[in-house]
Amino acid sequence: MADVEAEVADAFRKEWGRVVATLIRMTGDWDLAEECAQEAFATALTRWGTDGVPDRPGAWLTTTARNRALDRLRRSKTEAAKLQEVAVLSVPDEPPDYGDSGVSDDRLRLMFTCCHPALSLEARVALTLRTLAGLTTAEIAKAFLVPEATMAKRLTRAKHKIRDAAIPYRVPPAHLLPERTGGVLAVLYLLFNEGYAATAGDDLLRPDLSHEAIRLARLLTRLMPDEPEAAGLLALMLLQDARSAARLDADGELVSLEDQDRSRWDPAEIAEGISLLEAALRRQQAGPYQLQAAIAACHGEAEDAADTDWQQIALLYGELHRIVPSAVVELNRAVAVAMAEGPAAGLALVDDLSARGDLAGYYLLPATRADLLRRLDHRGEAASSYRAALDLAATEPERRYLSRRLAEVTS
Amino acid sequence: MRYMLLMCGEVEAPEPRAVPEPPPTPTASDTDEPCWTPWAREMEARGVILHDGAQLQSVATATTVRAVGAEVLVADGPFAETKEVILGYDVIECADLDEAIFAASRHPVAQNGGVVEVRPILAY
Repeated sequence: MADVEAEVADAFRKEWGRVVATLIRMTGDWDLAEECAQEAFATALTRWGTDGVPDRPGAWLTTTARNRALDRLRRSKTEAAKLQEVAVLSVPDEPPDYGDSGVSDDRLRLMFTCCHPALSLEARVALTLRTLAGLTTAEIAKAFLVPEATMAKRLTRAKHKIRDAAIPYRVPPAHLLPERTGGVLAVLYLLFNEGYAATAGDDLLRPDLSHEAIRLARLLTRLMPDEPEAAGLLALMLLQDARSAARLDADGELVSLEDQDRSRWDPAEIAEGISLLEAALRRQQAGPYQLQAAIAACHGEAEDAADTDWQQIALLYGELHRIVPSAVVELNRAVAVAMAEGPAAGLALVDDLSARGDLAGYYLLPATRADLLRRLDHRGEAASSYRAALDLAATEPERRYLSRRLAEVTS
Repeated sequence: MRYMLLMCGEVEAPEPRAVPEPPPTPTASDTDEPCWTPWAREMEARGVILHDGAQLQSVATATTVRAVGAEVLVADGPFAETKEVILGYDVIECADLDEAIFAASRHPVAQNGGVVEVRPILAY
């Protein structure tokens, strides 16, 4: 019995998104699709125990869910349900190949629909986790620190908007594809970062969300093999995730990149990230995710902070800033320049940024300034910058890190 | 699927873009053609059906009406005092929200700094 439970759990991880995505295409009804998918997995728990695990669990689950949907629609007496039933009966099991995008996987359709720009960003993230990754509403609510009822309402509202405003269930046509792909990548990266560096609360890492994001990015690269930015995003996530074990010490304190114990970095993730990135870069369409992955790869390949190719990192940040101008990117470039050419050169760039005021309220600006001043042994100025950063930092480990540094320069 | 496009913008006509001479618009000041006709033609060519549409008179002409029991409360002005007001509307019929978003994005109001609210019309 335990074996069957494990088999079903495994099938759930692998097949949930596909079953839901196909049922949505067949029924056009998101709630019905989810409920019938759930029932199919429940049926599997009893049936696979007696009949054995089917050869193609995914196809078995989809057929079971589809039959459930038909049963429900037949029992319902409404005109709308009758029409829906006819529609479900006439839909082929295999999705049609929509010419324009050339992609026919229902999960990709689902991904683009969940990440439609007419939905709020919060709704896009929640919907992706619920329908594609199979997280429960309670799990998603917990991950985003909101009451379950709030999350349930958010999901319902999003599904209603998709239905009522007729957001199309499809991979966008060619003229919308680049923009919409960017939207999907942004949702996945937001999800990853939400797990990697919690924006609020006591836990700095919420690895479950990071790993869901990696799983979805892996799926996206399989579904869009010709999209180098999808591979770039997956590479970036893997290269960052490789460092997660070293980002916190035994007491749960944040460890800066240069002080991390690199023997605790995951060499398999680094190797996979680098090989994905190299393949993507060969297409010669470097975008923001590939550039960020290239920067992460520079760190991943270095023995220690001193061994790092900071010159190259500064160049990559410069290129990134050219494609997507951002004050945060400029701040990171300043850090790289400080490492390549000395803290004074970096400090000049940071002071320029401070003067422009673009990053007011961002704790890493005073924190970076403080670190550079500390290296230049300007202890008094460093201390006041650490204090400014402390006022702005949101999570406890960040605050403790800054307090430790502050104690160093004031002792 | 039917959508109403609500054209919203500031009461004052949007500032002309910072160019010394306004560029000659293909909408033909020479031919007295209203600025939305090229849009209407473009939509028609895409298979978007235009059911209705109009530009409204200035917000200074707006009257707000509420019925409270037997009493009718009438007030001068729009229902919400905001910088942006409804300038006009179009009712279109098209395949889905992506088409409606496209139609909105191509409308002269959107092209000239205004905002278009896209609302699906309730079907019975």
